[in-house]
Amino acid sequence: MPPRTLFEKVWATHVVHEEPGGPALLYIDLHLVHEVTSPQAFEGLRLAGRTVRRPDRTLATVDHNVPTGDRSLPIADPISATQVRTLVDNVRDAGIRFYDLGSPEQGIVHVIGPELGATQPGMTIVCGDSHTSTHGAFGALAFGIGTSEVEHVLATQCLVQAKPKTMVVRFDGHRPAGISAKDMILALIGRIGTGGAAGYAIEYAGSGIREMSMEGRMTICNMSIEAGARAGMVAPDETTFAWLAGRPRVPTGDKWEATLGRWRALRTDDGATFDRTVDVDVTRLAPQVTWGTNPGMVADITGRVPAPRDFDSEADRQAVARALEYMGLSAGTPIEGLAVDRVFIGSCTNARLEDLRAAAGVVRGRRVASTVRGMVVPGSQRVKAEAEAEGLDRVFREAGFEWRNSGCSMCLGMNEDILGECERCASTSNRNFEGRQGRGGRTHLLSPVMAAAAAVEGRLVDARALL
Amino acid sequence: MLPFRTHTGRAAVLPRANVDTDQIIPKQFLKRIERSGFGQFLFHDWRKQPGFELNRPGAAGATILVTGENFGCGSSREHAPWALGDYGFRVIIAPSFADIFFGNCCQNGLMPVVLSADEVESLLGLGADGPLDLTVDLEHCTVAGPQGFLATFTMDAYRRGMLLDGLDEIGRTLKLEAHIAAWERQRDMEGVA
Repeated sequence: MPPRTLFEKVWATHVVHEEPGGPALLYIDLHLVHEVTSPQAFEGLRLAGRTVRRPDRTLATVDHNVPTGDRSLPIADPISATQVRTLVDNVRDAGIRFYDLGSPEQGIVHVIGPELGATQPGMTIVCGDSHTSTHGAFGALAFGIGTSEVEHVLATQCLVQAKPKTMVVRFDGHRPAGISAKDMILALIGRIGTGGAAGYAIEYAGSGIREMSMEGRMTICNMSIEAGARAGMVAPDETTFAWLAGRPRVPTGDKWEATLGRWRALRTDDGATFDRTVDVDVTRLAPQVTWGTNPGMVADITGRVPAPRDFDSEADRQAVARALEYMGLSAGTPIEGLAVDRVFIGSCTNARLEDLRAAAGVVRGRRVASTVRGMVVPGSQRVKAEAEAEGLDRVFREAGFEWRNSGCSMCLGMNEDILGECERCASTSNRNFEGRQGRGGRTHLLSPVMAAAAAVEGRLVDARALL
Repeated sequence: MLPFRTHTGRAAVLPRANVDTDQIIPKQFLKRIERSGFGQFLFHDWRKQPGFELNRPGAAGATILVTGENFGCGSSREHAPWALGDYGFRVIIAPSFADIFFGNCCQNGLMPVVLSADEVESLLGLGADGPLDLTVDLEHCTVAGPQGFLATFTMDAYRRGMLLDGLDEIGRTLKLEAHIAAWERQRDMEGVA
């Protein structure tokens, strides 16, 4: 057998059927479902007289629409309430395991999957949400799909997929103090652009990945889609196995040893080749902050807002000019010092326990600036409970942050947590598109410690000075 | 799903790159549980801006959209092609598309055509000057327009077939039931989760 990449190994073991020159039919080990992209899929099944083939391989929660404040009250928006109720009815009728609003396991779907031990190495995992790439951190082949494909997976437990090309991104070198996974992935997207990995499945490798925790790997894989990638994967290792050991759905006893044997083979063989290689020197990275209206419009905190004339093509110049106008920024302005109105620590990118610990480390003993409204939204109710057990909630509250319940919240503002027109927000989420967090809202993506620093200073600052 | 063979229609131009699905259909409209009725919300925020290209009189009744690279990037929301289709578009022409968006278009009979950057540039130029009518032919894989504009494109056979036939992909996959069941049995025998 010729040397193969991790991606090729996972792909090959899931091909149910393939026609020459055609796409593959892949078996899907785990299908994650949430309330926004599923209602039309379940309705389609009903209309066609079809049923869910493998409810036991399906897992659902509510995350996009749910309020992060008082959960004992009914959902105020009647359309949101209907969408949530529709999911409740659908999963009950299909016999799908569901973590609803009252459950201690509820949370953002890409946070709870790994927590529950549902996400495992070597699996194929899909969800009607583009940040499904998160699960690739475990050596799973995980990607986002549309609602029609959700219906297809519900009906057949399979997905038709053309095989993508492969890319390896090597993050090499020891991470300097104050530099996190978020800075690494933002730097990559800045380098290759928002379409730079379109058509590719990325494998993240190198010493910068090997020494990283599972949560950091999830942050990196999460934002693979922001470079246009089909998927982002990290080969599992002892860090992965230690994280998974003992979790609810993970094999135990003799089965655990046999499973470990299989998982250890999930690595790229020596001599395997990729279609494209990108090398990133982690030791040279500064904290990253987006200045524009897509994740590729990013700079060092020590840098300046660029000018349209700094770019080569007329199309790029126009895009930058439009972005600067939307963001209310002038070319040449230092990034450091931009005043912020809101700070959001949350989302499937950066709201796990380590993210909250890191932010709390900056916040402890300090206060949120009087000009800032700061919100912390844990990625899941379990993360919330664990953070409270460590007293992190007190650190945030005493500093003047709002400490809320879990959900997607202000990452995309489908619930009441939204930015006002022209409000500037330092956010640990994954997208800074126009209107993403609220119509006219101005989003700057950055890491948890950078968000915490922005909150206490009232402006974007280099968090390394506060560590 | 409506099959796609050839289509002749008015083209609207949107000369921007990296148009993301949050712009195509903002999040507040994703709360709906129906598949239809999204056309009225297409480019909801951009439509409010004076000078937005789709507001121009020449774009009225357009069924073809010509736009920049990486169209449909960002969120996987299939509501984006639903909105475009419901509004009246049947074809989108661009130098490149985001992967998930491209697949979502094919699932809904909305034809995504990849032309070269130069060819798209020509079309954007023709469209800036005045009304632009194009003929898109999926059987021959051509785009024809005024002033002798003629370009060919490629599309993988599977997706092309899906669009030509108005495919029910689920029905097609369910015909492979024996393969799926055999794969599951093999997995169970191996003791893999």
